[in-house]
Amino acid sequence: MSANFYYGIEVFLNGMMAGVLYSLVALGFVLIFKASGIFNYAQGVMALFAALTLVGFQNGQIPFSHLINAVFGTNIHHFGWHMPAILAIILTLLVMILFAYLVEKYVLKHLVNQEPIILFMATIGLAYFMEGFGDLMWGADIKKLDVGLPQGGNVWLEEHTAFLGGPDFYGFYLDNLDMWATVFAGLLVVSLVLFSQYTKTGRALRAVADDHQAALSVGISLRAIWVIVWSIAGFVALVAGIMWGSKSGVQFSLSLIALKALPVLMLGGFTSIPGAIVGGLIIGVGEKMFEFLIGVPYLGGATENWFAYMLALLFLVFRPQGLFGEKIIERV
Amino acid sequence: MLYREAGDYKTSYAKDQQTFPIAFDRYGYFLTIAFAVLVVPFVLNDYWTNAVVLPFLIYAIAALGLNILIGYCGQVSLGSGGFMAVGAYASYKLMTAFPDLNIVFVILLSGGITALVGILFGLPSLRIKGFYLAVATLAAQFFLVWLFNKVPWFYNYSASGQISAPERSLFGFAVTGANANPATSYLFCLGFVFVMAWAARNMTRGANGRKWMAIRDMDIAAEIIGVDPLKAKLTAFGVSSFYIGIAGALLFAVYLGAAEVGEAFGIEKSFLILFMVIIGGLGSIFGSFAGAAFMILMPVLLKNIMVGQMGWPTDLASHFQFVIVGGLIIIFLIVEPHGLAQLWRLAKEKLRLWPFPH
Repeated sequence: MSANFYYGIEVFLNGMMAGVLYSLVALGFVLIFKASGIFNYAQGVMALFAALTLVGFQNGQIPFSHLINAVFGTNIHHFGWHMPAILAIILTLLVMILFAYLVEKYVLKHLVNQEPIILFMATIGLAYFMEGFGDLMWGADIKKLDVGLPQGGNVWLEEHTAFLGGPDFYGFYLDNLDMWATVFAGLLVVSLVLFSQYTKTGRALRAVADDHQAALSVGISLRAIWVIVWSIAGFVALVAGIMWGSKSGVQFSLSLIALKALPVLMLGGFTSIPGAIVGGLIIGVGEKMFEFLIGVPYLGGATENWFAYMLALLFLVFRPQGLFGEKIIERV
Repeated sequence: MLYREAGDYKTSYAKDQQTFPIAFDRYGYFLTIAFAVLVVPFVLNDYWTNAVVLPFLIYAIAALGLNILIGYCGQVSLGSGGFMAVGAYASYKLMTAFPDLNIVFVILLSGGITALVGILFGLPSLRIKGFYLAVATLAAQFFLVWLFNKVPWFYNYSASGQISAPERSLFGFAVTGANANPATSYLFCLGFVFVMAWAARNMTRGANGRKWMAIRDMDIAAEIIGVDPLKAKLTAFGVSSFYIGIAGALLFAVYLGAAEVGEAFGIEKSFLILFMVIIGGLGSIFGSFAGAAFMILMPVLLKNIMVGQMGWPTDLASHFQFVIVGGLIIIFLIVEPHGLAQLWRLAKEKLRLWPFPH
């Protein structure tokens, strides 16, 4: 076998792992869309905000220090402690739950029964708000996030697969972090499925997803469910934020992963959790393979920006509700 | 007290159907036009033209275009930034390939080319609906930006990858390039805005507009009463892209002068125009103008207050701007989901009864 073939396999594997990271973001979208019919554009910014908060807690930054300094002319920036990662993660989770509560109380509650496009616009407004708010709170500089996950390529795998190819093949290069992300994504999905199948709250969640009015009529509090769903989405955003943040630093571009997750959603269907995972894998592998086989040799590269969208678009023309989406039945 | 329709008798159908049936509105409209043409050009300075007036006029055209698609035909599109890029690059290629072509034709032709591209990307709308379509139009956005970045033919193989508008004049006055004077650029754009708004208003209340609205309200029912969804949706995409393409061409040729595709026509532009349409009011011509004015004026105002008055560092001010813009959008949607146009309508209703509402 030629080395190129093995590089192809390596690209394929890396595509799978990138796909898992896309799925993590898409999962947050699906959860909220199912439970409230809201297409939450702010999911990417939530991941950014969660990662910023986590880093801020870890390094003991004082929130709003830039603002305080500008208004009062003081010069403060740090509390001077260093928090262990696990404590910081728990605190961040509490912040995300508080955020979910506030969103429900001040935004969603007032927008019940509005058209989907209005709700979508509201989440774009929310995304803008949080982007500015996160930067005000923690500063806009690029931060390094380290929660103790191993970084860099996996040496063991590289050494033990080098014999496969010829002399110019050095073994598969896979990122440790990506592998951990895969593990965490798997755990997350399993626990989400268990939660929604075997707990009372989970059953209420599914009831709301099925039919808002029927759920209300049997005494499920829609508002409580929305807080819970947004909290879970906040948790998923935190996991995605940790993974993406450890990989490429915590910075504004982190919020753009939302744009990566959208074609995944289209492909998998807006309402399906397995769809988000399978869609993520297809998109991840598809865009990496396309870049490797066609993009770089023939088109000048950087095709990853649009290929996922084109793939999803072509796919949707044949199956308008996505891979696992509920069949769209239209009546007059 | 002044705003009354009492005594305003309509003696023909044409009068009954006119755009401004109330005399006061009609005079207000003529006064606004007269003010815009006869007064504004003489008081404009460089700062006001570049910071407020030109972007307002140009984005108003784009908002009109997007409003036709979203507000009248109900097809949500997030690809406006990409379509503006098509308009800009088309005008650049036309200006450099045919130096003798009149600038007005260049801009109109760029709109036409954009309309064709828009129809192409509108084809999936026949199968894909709702949010799926909104996300699908992002494909246009990313693909077009990538295309203009990667294929050197579009920017005439220039080393920087930028396009810059050569000088062109109309009736002897330079409208593009470095020598254009603020008043001429303003009048040039104003002419386009006037004609396009007039056309949009009349198109949307004619047969085509009614077909679009039927499709918006329920496409299957519309099909049953004999509206061809293929034609209706594709004409909406075509007309909307024509407007957005013209806005893109004007933005590049008259306002920016030089542009780089990723920076000038990124996805933020798509969102900006979408905000204008939603905040202004879906399905309203006046709303497109109001939304464009709001989204252009507010950042300028905020920046002047925070950086100019309070002396904050610019990065802090820009973060605050994000918070305020985001917050305002949410507040707006909660208070009045039908936008500024609806507020205007309500105000007029109140005024008609004032000061004796009972």
